[in-house]
Amino acid sequence: MTPLIVCEDIWKVYRLGDVEVQALRGLNLTIQQGEFVAIMGSSGSGKSTLMNILGCLDQPTRGQYRLNGQEVGHLRPDQLAEIRNRQIGFVFQSFNLIPRTSALENAQLPLFYRGLSLKEQRALASAALQRVGLSGREHHAPTQLSGGQQQRVAIARALVTAPSLLLADEPTGNLDTQSSQEIMGILGGLNRDGITVILVTHDVDIAAYASREIVIKDGRILSDRVAEGRSHIVGA
Amino acid sequence: MLAFVWLTIVTALRILGRNRLRAGLTMLGIIIGVGAVIAMVSIGEGAKRAVQRQIATMGTNVIFIWPGSTTASGVRGAMGSAVTLTVGDALDLKKKLPLLSDTGWYKRDQAQIVYGNRNWNCAIQGASPSLLSIREWSFSSGGSFTQEDLDGAARVALLGQTVVENLFDPGEEPVGAVIRIRNVPFHVIGILSAKGQSPQGWDQDDVVIIPFSTAERKVFGTLFLGSVTAIVASTDRTEDLPEATEQIRDLMRSRHRLQSGQPADFTIRTLVDIGQVQEGTSQTLTVMLMAIASISLFVGGIGIMNILLVSVTERTREIGVRLAVGAKRRHIMMQFLIEAMTLSVVGGCIGILFGILSARLTTVIAGWPTIISSDTVMVAFAFSVVVGLFFGLYPANKAARLNPIEALRYE
Repeated sequence: MTPLIVCEDIWKVYRLGDVEVQALRGLNLTIQQGEFVAIMGSSGSGKSTLMNILGCLDQPTRGQYRLNGQEVGHLRPDQLAEIRNRQIGFVFQSFNLIPRTSALENAQLPLFYRGLSLKEQRALASAALQRVGLSGREHHAPTQLSGGQQQRVAIARALVTAPSLLLADEPTGNLDTQSSQEIMGILGGLNRDGITVILVTHDVDIAAYASREIVIKDGRILSDRVAEGRSHIVGA
Repeated sequence: MLAFVWLTIVTALRILGRNRLRAGLTMLGIIIGVGAVIAMVSIGEGAKRAVQRQIATMGTNVIFIWPGSTTASGVRGAMGSAVTLTVGDALDLKKKLPLLSDTGWYKRDQAQIVYGNRNWNCAIQGASPSLLSIREWSFSSGGSFTQEDLDGAARVALLGQTVVENLFDPGEEPVGAVIRIRNVPFHVIGILSAKGQSPQGWDQDDVVIIPFSTAERKVFGTLFLGSVTAIVASTDRTEDLPEATEQIRDLMRSRHRLQSGQPADFTIRTLVDIGQVQEGTSQTLTVMLMAIASISLFVGGIGIMNILLVSVTERTREIGVRLAVGAKRRHIMMQFLIEAMTLSVVGGCIGILFGILSARLTTVIAGWPTIISSDTVMVAFAFSVVVGLFFGLYPANKAARLNPIEALRYE
């Protein structure tokens, strides 16, 4: 089976004035479909850059990134948008819901850009909200929801397109312990349903939910280990 | 795609509804601009129509020939010392210029009219019968005098409405009555229909028309027989007026034995000339007001652009999220363009209502005629759409070019 993600010798070089910053330095990474991976590292390690590249928000300066066997390094912005829309779901630390817009409409957003009819959009979005346990809250605005509920709306928005990859960037960073556990429970459930989940976090306890833990330092992988007792998922 | 546009419009309306004061102030420029365009154009059209109606009362395709003014050469001869226009001129013009369908003439003086114990002072026109048909006078009762009346210097008179009002009681029948003009008795045989004001502003109905020969011999006491105040001529087609004017000029110059280079002792005017002066005035006014209105529309457009730029900045994160979940550049572009156009179109519609209302109020309060044509409304609407499109383009493009990563990180 084709691995979901193959990174070969990925470099990302920024130019800040006269200074050249090498955020990623020849990183190699392979992630199979169905994995639950936590990416850890201190700030400045390059994990956010890696996340942006994996999410097709950014492109590597050098090297190859194949998503589902497709080379995405040289695609145009609109083609990347198409890939994000079809294959990737994002969950952010600060939820990033559109303010004063109902939960249902927030969850509909990716479908809106896919050109589905309003009826289909609504049906799929309410199914997604149901999946994260928010039935009955479809018409609540973000301000009427707790942090945990807002993040669940964001997860619904990410999975409404049935993506093959779900990227969560510090999804519990703004949440209390109980909400964090709920959110991680939902992500774990989605992973068991077959969605590949990549999680970026500082928190060791949160990383423990994942089955594989990758530590990044100075733009390279420092360690890559499979969590004990969960090895069966790797390479499945 | 349709669903996308529709939802974007709904979203745009919701965003505007959320910030009503801001939206209202932004639209104000467009409202005033469009309102001004509608009001001004309808007032201008109304004025133009009124002028056209006034000009039409002079008769259609009419050429007036007046004795020339001698102000150019300075010294003026005594009144009647020189005969510049004569009946002979009028008859000769008709005979020699086939382009003219008819010619007429009149002599004009002011005189006292008496009926019973009332009297009135007004213009008396001694006219050829053809004058009445050329000037398109119609009759509210009775009828015109004939060539026989002219040949026999009959004492018959046609009264204008103003004269009737001042000499007769309401309901009294003037036809058949005998009035005295400078003590000469006249039979009233016809009442002229009202024409109202002339383009120059005098009351065309304050007139008594009698046969030319009668006026000349029995009322005015002319020194030079056959001298007239003015000659009128008409053509069948309006396009012939310039050509006919030229022919009249040539013929008159040769009849009056004018050397080339010598100034003419007569003036030729057509209704087209008179109309052009009037229309020119209202045209200037319309152009000026349109200029003011366009400036207002332009300022309104800048207002929209300004508020949209603020909106793009405020909603940078939202744009980032939209890009992250798969919005393409054209989607973001469309969203902000539609927002701009919603502002300008809603503003434009309010402006149209506002303009129609102002035009109506002008008619009611100032009594000016106004005409609101559907063309004007459509053009104003199109203008507001174009303003939205044009001034929305820059902010929309700015939004569409945002980098998703930076937009998501924007605080």
